[in-house]
Amino acid sequence: MALTRELMAIKVSREELHDGITVNLGAGMPALVYNYLPPDIEVLLQAENGVLGYNGAPELDEIDRDVMNASGFYVTLLPGASFFPSHVSFHMITGGHVDVGILGGLQVSELGDLANWIVPERRFGSIGGAMNVAVGVKRLIVMMEHIDHAGRPKIVKECIYPLTAVGCVKRIYTDLAVIDVTIEGLVLRETAPGVTPEQVEARTEPKLIRAADLKEMEL
Amino acid sequence: MIDKVIASCDEAVADIFDGAIIAFGGFVGTGYAVNLIEALHRKGTKNITAICTMAAAGLLPLHEAKQIRKMITSFPVFYRPENMPQVYNPFEEQLLAGEAEVEICPQGTMVMKMWMGGGGYPAFYTPVGVGTPIANGKEIRVFDGKEYVLEQSLRADFTLIKAWKADRWGNLIYRKGASNFNVAFSTAANVTIVEVDELVELGELDPSFVHTPGIYVDRIVVKEAKYPEVKLIWTEKELPSEVTHLPHVGKIEPVT
Repeated sequence: MALTRELMAIKVSREELHDGITVNLGAGMPALVYNYLPPDIEVLLQAENGVLGYNGAPELDEIDRDVMNASGFYVTLLPGASFFPSHVSFHMITGGHVDVGILGGLQVSELGDLANWIVPERRFGSIGGAMNVAVGVKRLIVMMEHIDHAGRPKIVKECIYPLTAVGCVKRIYTDLAVIDVTIEGLVLRETAPGVTPEQVEARTEPKLIRAADLKEMEL
Repeated sequence: MIDKVIASCDEAVADIFDGAIIAFGGFVGTGYAVNLIEALHRKGTKNITAICTMAAAGLLPLHEAKQIRKMITSFPVFYRPENMPQVYNPFEEQLLAGEAEVEICPQGTMVMKMWMGGGGYPAFYTPVGVGTPIANGKEIRVFDGKEYVLEQSLRADFTLIKAWKADRWGNLIYRKGASNFNVAFSTAANVTIVEVDELVELGELDPSFVHTPGIYVDRIVVKEAKYPEVKLIWTEKELPSEVTHLPHVGKIEPVT
């Protein structure tokens, strides 16, 4: 069973959000993670447009037009949240002050290169703040479908699409698997419930090393 | 006596010339100088080079009248899954038709180009863009074994920004998350024009909490509309539940 976007968000939230860390969520699929913050821990969500410590969506009658995240979602604030201008925000991101970045992906290579901003068939693309996040955070996570709309693997030997950053990805969460980028190569850590390692390998271009403790995801 | 207050938005933008480089603060649905942009639209200034984090959104009136010829931006286009609300973006149509051009710039690099430009630094090295098309044709230099790309700073002829409160000296404070690009952009223009919600007496702003000191500000206009409103950038389609809190969806937040 391939994971739904919501299950992927829950999985990423559970695995990557730890007490005391600061996390930046990219647009698209990663933006869903903010709806599944683990209870009982303090995680600071950072957004490029200048907010640290935001929380889930407000009720309609609680919306403040000046409080949103970088995906353009209205958000609420945790006690202790702060606002700051964009150049300070990118100072934080590029300067390595943010612990974890979670971005969407078009392609990830076996060396951890990320392409996520332009499809060559389209003449124009939008980069937003993704290049800063990819370069700046201590740990970069990519969340994406395992294959693209045409059925092609998105985890590739070498990215064909223009890059966002070189060698930046540490772990990939897809609807089928959890894969780590290591010096030895791509390591298959977990498979989605009912999905076999062979099925994941058949949908992945580079060779996958099966982890010694490879297991099926517990959801 | 220092008094930077201008009577109307039209007066405040009266000398913005054809071909000007104009920086616009704002992000998605907040922090745009909506009424100054409307005044610029009325004035009809042509061949604008716009420095702004995204096309569409607050710049829509200028795109619709084809006043912006070039954008230096991180979001010129918005491609979204077919089942999601789509963004109304005439700038994309103009790009595809060859009527407009774009210089794509990572968001953090763009805001730093203005912040550095405002401070008199002509260029800076950044790790952002190394190994990507952004670095094409730019100098790469190694510091402590790591590669960096040389980016040139930017300055604008005019900057249109939005603040919450100002005094007549031009001291500004921004409301919550609406400061975004306004703070950096306010520093890097020959003429910085600010639209504010409220003008207060000198001394009313707590000096410890002034965000933009008045030295960066040339003209202040109190907003003219009852409720500044960025026009909708999403088309009216059935919305998936996950996007019900987007700020620019008309169904949820009707224009008042």
